Parts: sequence; structure tokens; C-alpha cells
Amino acid sequence: MKPFSYHRASDAAQAVARAAELPGARFIAGGTNLLDLMKLGIEAPAHLIDVNGLGLDQITETPAGGLRIGTLVSNTALSADDRVRRDYPLLTRAIAAGASGQLRNKATTGGNLLQRTRCPYFYDTAMPCNKRLPGSGCAASTPGAVTRPLGVIGTSQACLATHPSDMAVALRALDAEVGTLSADGARREIPLESFHRLPGAMPEHDTVLRPGELITHVTLPAPVGGRQLYHKVRDRASYAFALVSVALILQPDGTGRVALGGVAPKPWRRPEADAALPRGAGAVMERLLEGARPLSGNAFKIPLATRTLAALLKEAA
Amino acid sequence: MAIPHPVPFGPLARRAAFATPDAGRGAAPAEDPYRSSVTLTVNGTPHRLTLDNRTTLLDALREHLHLTGSKKGCDHGQCGACTCTVNGTRINTCLSLAVMHDGDRIETIEGLGSAQALSPMQQAFVARDGFQCGYCTPGQIQSACAVLEEIRANIPSHVTADLTAPVQITEAEIRERMSGNLCRCGAYANILAAIRDVAEAQA
Ligand SMILES: Cc1cc2nc3c(=O)[nH]c(=O)nc-3n(C[C@H](O)[C@H](O)[C@H](O)COP(=O)(O)OP(=O)(O)OC[C@H]3O[C@@H](n4cnc5c(N)ncnc54)[C@H](O)[C@@H]3O)c2cc1C
Ligand code: SF4
Ligand code: FES
Ligand code: FES
Repeated sequence: MKPFSYHRASDAAQAVARAAELPGARFIAGGTNLLDLMKLGIEAPAHLIDVNGLGLDQITETPAGGLRIGTLVSNTALSADDRVRRDYPLLTRAIAAGASGQLRNKATTGGNLLQRTRCPYFYDTAMPCNKRLPGSGCAASTPGAVTRPLGVIGTSQACLATHPSDMAVALRALDAEVGTLSADGARREIPLESFHRLPGAMPEHDTVLRPGELITHVTLPAPVGGRQLYHKVRDRASYAFALVSVALILQPDGTGRVALGGVAPKPWRRPEADAALPRGAGAVMERLLEGARPLSGNAFKIPLATRTLAALLKEAA
Repeated sequence: MAIPHPVPFGPLARRAAFATPDAGRGAAPAEDPYRSSVTLTVNGTPHRLTLDNRTTLLDALREHLHLTGSKKGCDHGQCGACTCTVNGTRINTCLSLAVMHDGDRIETIEGLGSAQALSPMQQAFVARDGFQCGYCTPGQIQSACAVLEEIRANIPSHVTADLTAPVQITEAEIRERMSGNLCRCGAYANILAAIRDVAEAQA
């Protein structure tokens, strides 16, 4: 691991000011993704700014009837909050389906959204990877590559990887927004829909966050009710990333929302697919995955997603 | 065995960390941007250390405080052998920097009981043969104690059916919550029995 200087910030303004004056600085929250990548030499920040002292660890009610989740609220605390399990059970279900008890205790709301891909070649520093080393190529698109964990839609020639977060899939279905602060004092509320970016020719940028921009909170709009289910299909029963995951919110009148994990570089949802819900899983997936470019090793994800949604619709009915 | 992460398990022994305990108080870490001073209260005893910023909490415990009960299985959050309790919560100490724990209370397996006075969970692991080689055991026991606390604190899990009712201690809940601790010897059935025994005794 490359040596780095270590700084503690005591409020958000101080954290962004520090980041602006230290080129190559990164924020560290739970550390469960950043430190892992630093050990492997995939990330090599010159400075770390510890944000755990910022006091952003509360969940408060908003005037609009929703919840404002401080970025430092742990995944465990968020999943266990009484208001979340009652009004946004999809979020509790998605968080509980991810990682392990130990990891969820440390993982934070902002850190979870910013975790990096689990593409095996991103992790293998001996292989070319445009996301890790822009312009080096994509080992996942060479003949014989392992494509099972990769994406089927929203990918590009430069990068085929998926976003691995479970929590983000629920937040996408719930229309959450990401609140940020920059060093010039500017604040943004970024809809989750436009927070993660598609790779295009620049897969090194996972999100629209600017250098030094701090996530301060995530906002949930007022509860939408309905039956809320999350189903994650993986290679073992627990403690594994999704091959495919499906988030469903189904209203008594048959309308609702669907978002997918494990298939794309971002939580995957389309309004025209939501609109097809009353016509069943096949109709939804036709629209949701229209334009998919499955690879030989991951084409199974399309029927798997369709069948998983069909099972959830049955359960929710 | 499937792993939750594409990187294979690392070697058991890794490079020792890059730091030494303070020779005396008042060492001036401010002059070296790559080192910091930190006070860790481990099993009730405060320790002042000046460490290379890269030192993980696990390496600080093992290499600097010589508490070698906590084990390094993977060093990447994938096995749970390094699990300790920090301010009452279990974490993977391999994925946390020691310098981020200034003022924290850390409990390791050494603080839970001694060979002469085993804690109830340790006794149950012995009685039920909840191990074979024992390498994963300190982490399993730290997690086992935390799992029962987390259920009592009504924290939901992936297998909790009703999110609005109090969580019950069931076999399915224990299995799911212990999934962050792998055992290569496959002592899972006996580990589960040990945890059930303790849960029943406490009920
Ligand atoms: C073995 C293993 C299995 C896992 N399984 C799953 C799984 O099944 N599902 C799943 O969803 N996740 C899984 N995870 C990933 C885990 O959820 C993430 O590591 C965690 O959520 C990251 O949060 P953190 O607070 O630790 O982030 P950190 O590691 O601290 O940070 C991650 C990134 O976010 C940046 N950052 C953090 N906070 C802020 C902020 N406030 N503003 C701006 N930037 C910030 C950091 O600079 C860094 O780039 C797994 C992880 C491991 C190690
Ligand atoms: S798919 Fe993306 S992350 Fe994987 S090797 Fe190619 S460029 Fe890298
Ligand atoms: S050593 Fe494997 S999880 Fe920490
Ligand atoms: S007892 Fe050997 S790894 Fe668990």
C-alpha cells in the first residue's frame, strides 16, 4: 500500500476544504471498500480525510414526509430503523441481502453508493482494465474471458461491468436523492437515477460526483406504500454479490415499480417498464431489458431476471 | 467454496505492519505525515501507539500489542477470522485502519475469557466441539456473542420474515447472521449447536 497522510475532519465544511487543498485526497468512511482496494494497489490516495467525525449519522424526518439519512448512518442502523422497516421495507430488505453483519456494521450510506465494481479483471492488476487504468483496454471483452458476473445492458465497448450495491437498487426504486456539498459551498440534490453514470468511453467515472464533492445525506421522498419485495439471486445463500436482484413495489391496483441489480453499471429502472407491470413479468422485462447485449457467459441473466420478477409478482399478489 | 468477492483468499501470514509501539510518550508524529498517534482501549487497558497510517486495526492488535488471538484469514473482509468488537459492535478489523479508532473500546477474544475462566460462549464451543483446527474460532466466538446481542437489539436480517415484529432467535436467524464467518474445517453444525445452547441458557 502506498503511504498516505491521515486527517480527521470535524464538520462537512472542513472536510471539503481539506479535500480542496490536498490534491489526491480521498474521503474515508467505513473503509470496507476503499481500504480493500488500497491493499490491492487499485486505489492509491495520497491523503485520507476521515469523515466519521462529521456528525452526519442521524435519520431525520423531512417536511415533505420523507426521511433524510445522514451519510454516516451505517447500513445496519439504516436497515434497523423503525421508520424504514415500516415505511420503506424494500430498503431494509436490500441492505440485509448484502455483505455480512460485520461489514454492514461498518459500511455507511454514502460509502455503499460509491463502492466500486466487482468485475474480476478490475481486481486483477496484471490485466488491462479501462475502469482501473483508463485506456489500457478491457480484459473482460477478450476471447475466453469470464463474463458471468458482468452486465447485460447499459454497458459499453470500453467496459462491461456492473454496479454491485444492493442498497442502491432499493434507493432507485424509492426515487431517492443524494445530497452533496462542494468546497465552494455549493449543494446539490442529485436524483439517484442520474447519480451513477453509464460507462460510455469513460468507465473510470462511476458517478457524476466531482473531485472533492462530499455526500452529506440521502433523501427519501414520502412513503409510497404497496408491497415491497427484494429478491437477490446469488451463488450461495448469503454473503455473496448478486447475479441478478429484483426490487419490486406493487400497489393494490397492479401498478408499481421495478428496479434490477447485477445487470447494469447502475441500478436499472425504466418508466415504460414500470408502466407494463399490470401485464406481467414478461411485458416488464421486454421493456426493461430492451437493447440488452448479453454475452455468452451471462445471457442467463435475462431469463433469470424475468423468472425472479414473476415469482415476486406471485408473492406480492 | 464460493467467495463473495473475486479475489482469492490471501496467504495466512502477510507482511507485518509498518510500525512500532511508542518508545515513550511524547514521540512527535506530527513531523511524519505518514504516522499518527492513537489511543486504543483494548480489553479495558488503554494503549498509546504511534503507527504508520497504513496499519490495520488487526495488525495493531497482533503485531504491536501481541494479541494474536484475532486471526488473519484473508485480510479482505471475506472470512471473518479477524472479527472483534469495537464500541460494542462486531467489525472486520482487517478492513479498518488503527488510526481511525482513537479513543475506541476494543474487545478481542483475549478479553472475553481466559483458559482458566472461559466465557459461556467459549465453554459452549468446547462442549459442542465447535471447531477443528481452531483458526476461525476467535472470530466465530466474537460473532456468536454479537449475533445474540444483535437479535436482542431487534436488528433485522435477510431471513427475518416480519420486519415489524420482534426478531426471534431461531436456527435460520443464527445461520444467516453467522454467514460472515467462514470455517474451512466445516464445523458449522457444531458452531450452531454451541450458539443455540448459549441462547437457551440466557433465555
Ligand atoms: C466481502 C465483501 C462482501 C460484500 N458484499 C456486498 C453485497 O453483497 N452487497 C453490497 O451491496 N455490498 C457488498 N459489499 C460492499 C460493501 O457494502 C461496501 O464495501 C460498503 O458499503 C462501503 O461503505 P464504506 O462506508 O465502508 O465505504 P468506504 O470504503 O469508506 O468508501 C467507499 C468510497 O466512497 C467514498 N466515500 C465514502 N464516504 C463518502 C462521502 N460521504 N462523500 C464522498 N465520498 C465518500 C470513499 O472515498 C471511497 O471512494 C461487500 C464488501 C465486502 C468486503
Ligand atoms: S469490464 Fe470494466 S471493470 Fe471489467 S475489465 Fe473491462 S473495463 Fe475493467
Ligand atoms: S481477515 Fe478475513 S475478514 Fe478480516
Ligand atoms: S475450525 Fe478450522 S477453520 Fe474453522
